[in-house]
Amino acid sequence: MVEQLLQSLSRFLPETTLTVALCSTVVVSLFLGRKSQATLFVALAGLVLATWFSFDQMGVSETIFSGMVAVDPFSVFFKLLVGLSAILILLFSLYSSEVQSTLHRAGEYSALILAMALGMFLMAGASNLLMMVLAIELTSLSSYILAGYTREASDSSEASLKYIIYGAVSTGVMLYGISILYGLTGATDFYGINRALTEESVNSVALLVSIIMILVGFGYKISAVPFHFWTPDVYEGAPITITAFLSVASKAAGFALMMRFFKVSFIDANAVGLPTGVWTSLQGFEWNKIVAILSVLTMTLGNLVAVWQNNLKRLLAYSSIAHAGYMLMGVVVLSDKGLAAVLIYFMVYLFMNLGAFYVVMLVANKTGSEDIDSYKGLGHRSPLVSVAMVIFFISLAGLPPTAGFIGKLFLFAALLDATWIWLAVVGALNSVVSLYYYVRVVRNMFLRDPEGNAEPILFSTPQLAIVMLLLLPTLFFGLFYSPMVELANASVMMFGIR
Amino acid sequence: MELLGIGILTWITFLPIIGMVAVLIVPKENQGAVKWLPLVITGVQVVLAVIIFFNFNRGMAGINTLEGMQFVEKGTWIDIKGVPWFGRIVVEYFMGVDGLSVSMVLLTALISFIAVIASWNIEKSLKGYMAMLLLLDTGMMGVFVALDFFLFYVFWEVMLLPMYFLIGVWGGPRREYAAIKFFLYTLLGSVLMLLAMIALYFSVTVLDPSTGEKIYTFNMLAMMDPANFEPGSLLAGVGTQWRYIAYVALFIGFAIKVPIFPFHTWLPDAHVEAPTAISVILAGVLLKMGTYGILRISYPIFPDAANYFVVPLAILALINIVYGALCAMAQTDLKKLIAYSSVSHMGVVLLGMAAMNTQGMVGAVFQMFNHGTITAMLFLIVGVIYDRAHTRDIDSFGGLAITMPKYTGIMTVAFFAALGLPGLSGFISEAFSFLGAFQTHRVITILSTAGIVLTAAYMLWALQRMFLGQPNEKWAGLPDINGRELSALVPLAIIVIVLGVYPGLMIDVLTSSLNHLVEVVKTGAPVALVP
Repeated sequence: MVEQLLQSLSRFLPETTLTVALCSTVVVSLFLGRKSQATLFVALAGLVLATWFSFDQMGVSETIFSGMVAVDPFSVFFKLLVGLSAILILLFSLYSSEVQSTLHRAGEYSALILAMALGMFLMAGASNLLMMVLAIELTSLSSYILAGYTREASDSSEASLKYIIYGAVSTGVMLYGISILYGLTGATDFYGINRALTEESVNSVALLVSIIMILVGFGYKISAVPFHFWTPDVYEGAPITITAFLSVASKAAGFALMMRFFKVSFIDANAVGLPTGVWTSLQGFEWNKIVAILSVLTMTLGNLVAVWQNNLKRLLAYSSIAHAGYMLMGVVVLSDKGLAAVLIYFMVYLFMNLGAFYVVMLVANKTGSEDIDSYKGLGHRSPLVSVAMVIFFISLAGLPPTAGFIGKLFLFAALLDATWIWLAVVGALNSVVSLYYYVRVVRNMFLRDPEGNAEPILFSTPQLAIVMLLLLPTLFFGLFYSPMVELANASVMMFGIR
Repeated sequence: MELLGIGILTWITFLPIIGMVAVLIVPKENQGAVKWLPLVITGVQVVLAVIIFFNFNRGMAGINTLEGMQFVEKGTWIDIKGVPWFGRIVVEYFMGVDGLSVSMVLLTALISFIAVIASWNIEKSLKGYMAMLLLLDTGMMGVFVALDFFLFYVFWEVMLLPMYFLIGVWGGPRREYAAIKFFLYTLLGSVLMLLAMIALYFSVTVLDPSTGEKIYTFNMLAMMDPANFEPGSLLAGVGTQWRYIAYVALFIGFAIKVPIFPFHTWLPDAHVEAPTAISVILAGVLLKMGTYGILRISYPIFPDAANYFVVPLAILALINIVYGALCAMAQTDLKKLIAYSSVSHMGVVLLGMAAMNTQGMVGAVFQMFNHGTITAMLFLIVGVIYDRAHTRDIDSFGGLAITMPKYTGIMTVAFFAALGLPGLSGFISEAFSFLGAFQTHRVITILSTAGIVLTAAYMLWALQRMFLGQPNEKWAGLPDINGRELSALVPLAIIVIVLGVYPGLMIDVLTSSLNHLVEVVKTGAPVALVP
């Protein structure tokens, strides 16, 4: 028992590191005064280490703490993704006026980001219903506070409150669903649920109800329609750095958990005669059809509503809802190709979406506005950043030669290969709609003349360096995507699943 | 053929990108360099295109055989090692030309060069303009030389953004509307094309000669061989429902570009709002991509569907010809008139393609080239008068022949070429198209010839209203066409006259490839019927 625990602990190094870093930020902020960036750097160091340790776990495949958490290529992938985005968010924070103007609370900020990252690391690996709920709650509680971080601004508090209320309700519903599932199967770990479901038939209505309830929780985390109502308000009210973090890392962790939950618990493990990498849902329980409906609703509503937004943060919020819809398409197809496509999409999404948010932040720092109207003539005032923004948007819309195209390509490929053709067509048409609202911003930047102040906006070299850090992968992976695809192909493997 | 170890097709495609980078590096104050650099770059491109054109072996057919392709460059671009459930992913950097594409390569180089001359008086952010123009140039050239579908698609999409900016920033009063309309329409077409492309990818496998494993491929030539279709895959077989659907998806993608009725509504807007040089490129090259795509991809890959849908295609051609001409007749804006005349003239291309015989096809591709040069002239001519009078209203002019005799002369050549006067290039290609189509679709062709009469009517009527009759006092002081404008127009006029008198120069290049294409499409269906 002790031996097993020690073995587990050694596999728990990334999470332990984050915990240590979390404690250190608290201590450092106590001793090093309240007006320094020191805590941000401590958090940064902790995250870099944790990401490095996760990187070290590549190739491992086992469960630790008696099946509570899985350490497998799939979880490592998402830990890397979360770690990388958290690192980038902390880099953003160094230049965010919202964070810099409230430096006296930087300790709190860094500690909460670390707590959130820790929660997401656990979400990436959780393979037990209890662990799943704990991880989600750890992430959610930290993000509620962070969403209201700039408490001077009323919309920030409003965002936080809305977030909590929606969060509480959806977690409650999810827990209820989990209790039904436990009642049906008598197991809390994903593998046990699968065994129970394959061995004996359960009341299918009860199972359906419990799955839909659990989907409410996932849907809330990944902001899928119709559980998305909090997203625009929270994204608009929260500090931009946190919005960006929520839009990428939180969504990634939610997807990781959801994909693992469904793939481990709800596929027919005894199905025969399938090509490798293709699975099938449990007899008579086609949960992927529910996900397909969610996907269509999510991307269509996200895109259609985004067209009417005038605040760029809100626009990106709806665009991120739409992207969640695209990624759900990869879950629908029940194959490793679909999962790999989602992973590829997340890698791409990390760069392009964080890039877009970063530019919004830089511009808001200077102009104090996130309104699309304030972007008029930006192309003339700050050409480099504007061109970068165009490329991020083109990538979000999924046009070659950017990485966003590769993401869409693999998603559509997975769908067509599994002959989900109608869904692919819906997805393709959606990306046409999305182009319209992205181009609205581009139009304001380049086709309109500046209103009022037409002074050039200058940015410091490190600020531009971060733009480049996000821009170059967006372009590079659009043309040479082998590394991305290879990583995704290697990372779809979950513990105990062929 | 290689230069510095890099193939000539790579040079001709990516030279403009080098130019773009150079233009962006040059300081903004140095206006001269910003103008001359693109001119030199596109000039070199023309030289390369001419070298390709004259070194081109006219006897080789190409279309679906690697051996028949010339100036081939083939290398691995993406090679992702296989996993059991995905297989290896290989994307090739595969370029080559045959008779079908070599004419388009020449046209693209030529029109790009002319477009740079026509852009000489652009003042608003010249650097950005030239950079976008050169990027567009790479996209266009790439589409015509790519033989790998993935590569083709990337080039196809690369054109969208520069075009959006070129219309949207440097265009006329309603430029924003026109630009976004163009962008959305084209993207709608290309996502359908993307889905068809992916479906093809998962249906076609080739053997990797080195390892002997079966790999999916984007290679267009492999897609043209029915034997490569994996049994049981989505697009395998002949005349299946999914093949027809994929053909229609591809067709819509290309039809929007051509544009074929009812997808043509973006065209008048884009043409009217675009600056002169961009209208020239749009009409001269971009419209050809649609028909080129159908001939290069749809026909040889889906011969069964091409035969199945041939009558609808001919009917669409008829609609394009007659409807385009009728719309043109109703216009008072000269540029809009010419935009609609493009719809009508591209209809002739479609009719030639629908003929499914060598005469018709040769006529179609020759008409693509001729329409490129003639319409480029027409738009340049509109640009000349608009720069001077700041209006394009046909009725507000009159008697311009007196004040602008040289201009009138060149305009007359262009107008007569457009209405298909014998002795000028347009006549030959239209005659071939109708001749070919008459054998296959008799009634439709007879009805289509109404388009010729209508074309003559609106062209001559416009000519009469603008140049003949009483001079309008308001325009008495208009200066005649200047040297720079002539330098853009005269080379095109020469080509129009030379090809009108000696069409063999171009037809020789086309014949063997198009003969072979007809064979591929014709035999495509019967081979299919054998179980």
